[in-house]
Parts: sequence; structure tokens; C-alpha cells
Amino acid sequence: MYVAVKGGERAIDNAHAWLAEERRGDTSVAELSTAQIREQLALAVNRVMAEGSLYDPDLAALAIKQARGDLIEAIFLIRAYRTTLPRLGVSEPVKTAEMACDRRISATFKDAPGGQVLGPTFDYTHRLLDFKLAAEGEAPQAPEAEPAAGLTPHITGFLNREGLIQTEPDCDDIPPDLTREPMELPADRSLRLQSLSRGDEGFILSMAYSTQRGYARNHAFVGELRIGAVAVEMEVPELGFAIEIGEITLTECETVNQFTGSKTEPAQFTRGYGLVFGQTERKAISMALVDRALRWKELGEEDQGAPAQDEEFVLMHADNIQATGFLEHIKLPHYVDFQSELELVRKLRREAETVSMPEAAE
Amino acid sequence: MTDNAYNFAYLDEQTKRMIRRAILKGLAVPGYQVPFASREMPMPYGWGTGGVQVSAATLMPEDTLKVIDQGADDTTNAVSIRKFFEKTAGVATTEDTEKATVIQTRHRIPETPLSENQVLVYQVPIPEPLRFLEPRETETRKMHSLEEYGLMHVKLYEDISQHGAIATSYAYPVKVEGRYVMDPSPIPKFDNPKMSNCPAIQLFGAGREQRIYALPPYTKVVSLDFEDHPFDPSKAEHPCNLCGAEDSYLDEVITDDAGGCMFVCSDTDYCRARRDMGHQGAQIAAMEEEAGA
Repeated sequence: MYVAVKGGERAIDNAHAWLAEERRGDTSVAELSTAQIREQLALAVNRVMAEGSLYDPDLAALAIKQARGDLIEAIFLIRAYRTTLPRLGVSEPVKTAEMACDRRISATFKDAPGGQVLGPTFDYTHRLLDFKLAAEGEAPQAPEAEPAAGLTPHITGFLNREGLIQTEPDCDDIPPDLTREPMELPADRSLRLQSLSRGDEGFILSMAYSTQRGYARNHAFVGELRIGAVAVEMEVPELGFAIEIGEITLTECETVNQFTGSKTEPAQFTRGYGLVFGQTERKAISMALVDRALRWKELGEEDQGAPAQDEEFVLMHADNIQATGFLEHIKLPHYVDFQSELELVRKLRREAETVSMPEAAE
Repeated sequence: MTDNAYNFAYLDEQTKRMIRRAILKGLAVPGYQVPFASREMPMPYGWGTGGVQVSAATLMPEDTLKVIDQGADDTTNAVSIRKFFEKTAGVATTEDTEKATVIQTRHRIPETPLSENQVLVYQVPIPEPLRFLEPRETETRKMHSLEEYGLMHVKLYEDISQHGAIATSYAYPVKVEGRYVMDPSPIPKFDNPKMSNCPAIQLFGAGREQRIYALPPYTKVVSLDFEDHPFDPSKAEHPCNLCGAEDSYLDEVITDDAGGCMFVCSDTDYCRARRDMGHQGAQIAAMEEEAGA
């Protein structure tokens, strides 16, 4: 006896109620505050801001809490909120050369003006579980020094002085906005960089890694990696000049890559560029490598058919909100299309049997 | 944030205007995929965000909305989308096909013929009918502009040579007014003939792929085929077990673990209306007989 399934609405309400209960977990354990997430899970917050394309640590912390720590779900919450906000205008380009650096390293020069500053990095930690952290109440304090006086110039600027690295032409065009216009291919570099900057960290990482393993290798050196705060300035029409509207932390990576040259132009290094919200250096380095790989056409390189060189492949699959949505939708009902396939396969099998029957009789 | 912090039907008016422009362009060039700046919606891509955006841009406060998934009003995602518009637009909703002015659908066209005062909004996962023959958008757009559809015919021909029949049973490609080859969304091919010469406006929204396309009323829509292998809008060769309908698309339901199964209308509203009118399928008749005995 079959009864048509009813009650989808009640099932959904109950599922949501159960989800809320699971989110809270064991109530004998103190509830996590969004301030705790913001302060103590800062790198998760950074990733959510970067891939959510919205610089707001408090909202990102809230999203992480709501998503039970599922960062892609948290990114989705931020994106869905962001898209309802009006776009008031465009900031001035941020001046990363004036960044107040917490971290600044170069893999190409032993020392340079501004120095090598390790900053709060995992790099040289031994990955041994620190069981002391399991006990609460620690508030370690790092030794402090006077902040460096003066600016920290870009390493590529030094190479540029000798003409050793390709110069990026200045451009005053208003960049396209990926969140307001449909993606059009071929995409210009600013559109590609936007897409990479908000793309999935894992995807961009793997694409970058594939170039290192020989799928369109481009010999990247980390010319410079810097993390720190920059001022965001915006020209307000009523004032007629730019004012500072806030400060954000960014990670910037500039790679120095294999040189190109031709009969008319002497050999020269080329560049890859990564710029991401927050302290997100794995992503910024990956972005720079993939950016460089995608520039093969403008730099007159050969198309090796490598995935990281394929603009359409990279850009159309980098967004984890698109990817996860489409991937997970296959758990939705597909009775109708499956039924049509069932009928077809049965029909094809019936026909095949009637064709082969006479042979069997012989 | 409260619900009324959002605009009518969730999207802001500028976004709706952008979507309406894409819809109008789509109606002006039937079957052509119009790129549009799809927004992130508060439901996942792949779950009907394109259809939801098109519905949001189409709905007026006086509209009556029906949402179906797999032909049914009470499948979870249909329930969820209907609730979304009840909450954000406050429009009236119905399960009755004839009473609806806007119908958002996934994978089906209602059995009840549509009328001139209705808009049917399809949720589309992959708007490009050539995608699985050529994955590159840059190439397929060229193929459409040059009306270069040889690849599609070769695919259908290869089906016939391998299987003896065209082995596409849903999302069966159609040609619109003799020009664009169009993906009808993953409706069963049984539904394809309903698209042609339909009095209602048909709109197609693909959110993740950022495309909208449309069929104005009474547009000629032809399912691709060959003279010697004509299009066959087949369905399961059974009547509905509940309402006895012979002309409706059927879901197969497994009833026991011994190979037992039965067939019921996928269009739940159609089935209910027929039963209300006194039609009986095999199961209902058997039950009544049992009760009478």
C-alpha cells in the first residue's frame, strides 16, 4: 500500500531544530562566543573573509559559529549576506608599499631594505602536539620591539630598477566586478585575479602545486611575501578628495618567475601576483603561481595544455560556493529523470533481447 | 535582521531590473542564452537559484505562486522555495496548477495545460545543450552564433548506431523557431511536446551558470530527431495506480523487497484533482472492493 509522501514542511522544520541542537553541542560545556572565534580562530576567520569577499571579522566569526565550523558553509553565509549589500563605490588602490608589515620575507635576497621579518608564522614550529594548550588559562606574551621606522619597499622594485623584471603597465581603468557582471571569457587579468582571490584555497593550492610538479612549470621564486595592515581610502564625491575609511589586513605575494626574452627584447624576469584578505599566505602564494601560469599567452609562452594554464578550466571551477552547491544538489530528488532513464534502459534491453532471440533459437 | 529588512521577493530593485532586462532579451531572441549577473542566493547553487532569481524578478504582489519539484508540490526543495517566497514576498501560494499565475518548476511541466495568464519558470542546472559534447563555453557560444549544430546530430546518430534509438531520455535537446538549439532543462522527454505552441510564457534560469533564456507564448519548439527515427515522447506503459490516468508521466515506487512496484502520477496536483473527480486507479478500486466485502 503506497501513500503519497507528505509532510516535507514538517520534516524540514524538525531537521532545522535538530541542527540547532547539534550546533550547541553538550550544554555542560560553555558556549563558544563569536569574539572567541574572532580572536582565537583568526585564520579560519581570515579564510572566510577572503573567500566570502567581505572584510568583516565579526560577521565571519558569526558565520563560522552558525556553520558549526564548516568553512565553506560559513563562506556561503557571508556571500549570501554580501550580495544584499549596496555597492557604494570603489576605493582607491590600496598602497601595499605603505603596509605596516607584521611579516615580510623574501626568498630571493638575503637582506633588503625593510629587512626579513618572520612575524607570527608556523613556518619553523615543530609540528608536535602541544598538550599544554589542552589546559586552559595560558596567555603567552611575545617580546616586543620598536616598530620599524619608514616604509618597506617592494623587492620587485629593486629588480625593476635594473630592468631585470618585466614592468606592469599602469592602468586607470575601473576594474570589472565579478560580483556584479557575469564572467566573460577570455577574462582580463584583473578579472582573473579577482576570481583567484576569492577562489577555493584548496583548489588554488592544488593548481599551483601542479605547476610546481611540471604541468606548466614557471620556476617561481617568492620575491616577497608581506602581511600587514593597509589603509583603505576612498574618494567621496562631496569632498572631492580621498579620505581613509578604514584599515584592513592583507597578504601580498609577488613571485619572480623564469625569464622570457625574444630577438628584440633581452631576457627578463616575469611576475605572478597574489593578494588576499587577512593572514592567508598559503592562498596568496598559490594565487601568484596560478596567476603566472594563466599569463602564458601575453608572455608569448607555449600552451602546454596544462590545467593551470587553462583559463576557462581554472576560473569556472575555482569558486567553492558554486562547486559545492552543484555537487551537493545531486542529493536532491531526481526521480523523474531517473525514471526516464529506467524506461529507456529497459526498452533498449528489450529490443536487444528480441534481436538476439532468433540467433539463440538457431 | 528581520524578514522585512529585505526588499519584496528578497532581491533589491536594481538586481531585479538587471534580471528583467535579461528576461526581455531572452524573450526577444527565443532560445538564446543571455548572460546575467547572477547573485548568490540564500540557498545553494544547483538548488534552483536561477529559477528563484527569475521568479523574484517576475513576481508581483498580486501573483499566486506554485512551486513543484519532480512534479510534486510537497518535495522538500519545492517546500523550501515556496516558503522562501511566502516569507520574502508574502504572495499567495497554491498547489492548483490552474490557479497559479507563476509556476516555478524543477524537472517537470504540469500535466494540466497552461494558459496565457501564466508564467512557467524552469530551474536549469546546465543551460548549454552542447556542454557535454564540448565543455568549453568559449567554443559553444561560437557554435551557437554560427548555427553549427552538426556535433549534436552526430551524437544523436551515434546513439542510434550503438543502441538502435536516441539514448537521451531527459534534457532532450530542442530547436526553437528553427534557430537555436536549446536545453529544455532536465524534464523527461515526455514533457517536450508541451513546450511547443504553449500559451504561457516560459522562462529558464541558470543561476550558477549565469544564464537566462526564454520562450515567448506560442513559440515553435521541435525536439531534434531524424526522419527514420522520429522523436518518441515515451513514458512508463502503465496507468496511474491512484487515479487511473493513462496520459500522465509516472513515478515508479518500490513497494516491497520482492520486486513489487507500482506507478503513480509524478504531477501530484493532477492526480489529486482526478481523484477528486472520482477517477480511480487499481489500488483505490481494490481498497474500496475490500471495504465493501
